[in-house]
Amino acid sequence: MNGPFDFTLGLGDDALIAAQRLAEWTTRAPEMEEDIALANIALDQLGAARLLLSYAGELEAAGRDEDALAYLRDDREFRNALLVELPNGDFAVTVAKLFFLAAYQVPLYTALAGCADERLAAIGAKARKESAYHLDHGALWVKRLGDGTEESHRRMQSAVDEVWPYTHELFGADPAAPVDPSTLRPAFDETVGAVLAEATLTRPEGAWAPAGGRDGVHTEHLSYLLAEMQVLHRAHPGARW
Amino acid sequence: MTEQTPLWEVFVRARRGLSHTHVGSLHAPDAELALHNARDLYTRRQEGVSIWVVPAAAITATSPDEKDAFFDPAADKVYRHPTFYEVPDGVAHL
Repeated sequence: MNGPFDFTLGLGDDALIAAQRLAEWTTRAPEMEEDIALANIALDQLGAARLLLSYAGELEAAGRDEDALAYLRDDREFRNALLVELPNGDFAVTVAKLFFLAAYQVPLYTALAGCADERLAAIGAKARKESAYHLDHGALWVKRLGDGTEESHRRMQSAVDEVWPYTHELFGADPAAPVDPSTLRPAFDETVGAVLAEATLTRPEGAWAPAGGRDGVHTEHLSYLLAEMQVLHRAHPGARW
Repeated sequence: MTEQTPLWEVFVRARRGLSHTHVGSLHAPDAELALHNARDLYTRRQEGVSIWVVPAAAITATSPDEKDAFFDPAADKVYRHPTFYEVPDGVAHL
């Protein structure tokens, strides 16, 4: 990554793709109450994405606004981490993704709130409260499923095992960025370790660490997600409600 | 989840100084999740500063059948209303 533009774009894309994935649960969640909770979190992510992508467009100074960045880039131009584009899987996989993402975004936005870039600091200050709630909600489900029935434990452990390798990419070192992601790892490990222990879950050990999202090399899942997300804007450029 | 989780009644305090008011109910497996759900369902538009959730099963309510015995006897006891007293002049805060 290179400078605040790439950094801001990466964070904006994380939030945007996470929002799109979570929104897929709308009308499909296990309960009406959880349906609304997930949609709320998706909207929080979308709000952060709009701020970050708008600012990224200004930093780039090439005339691209938030809509141009969200709807008119192809998969190779997206800079989100692979974690957020993974399919939702069952509810446990969604919870694992939600929990790991929030455990990363809370220290990230907290550090951002104190960084030298005023715009990023303002975005961080707003988003960290929302992320704290996402973390709370994700952790609460990890504990209930992990320390629940035999079946919920099995599924939650398998979801953690499946998603865990993708968390490493979030902390790729970038000393030039306003906040170096590698400095966030201890806070993440502490949060995750405590919750997994309380949930009677085991933290995976493997060294496999898939990456490439920050360089635009994605899984095939992102292309399908973008097709659905962008189709309306591309078919009717500038469409409004 | 084909089985419904327990029902909770939700009370929200709109501002400091007001009392909690019943706003509705929701389903949740436990109290902590009930609070989360209440936050998402009933305080999305800054409706409150404090939430209570109470298991619906813990509420003992009057039944419509008992309405006459419970409430009608109060109807003809007008002397319970403080309307028979002369308020002296000069009493400002009664």
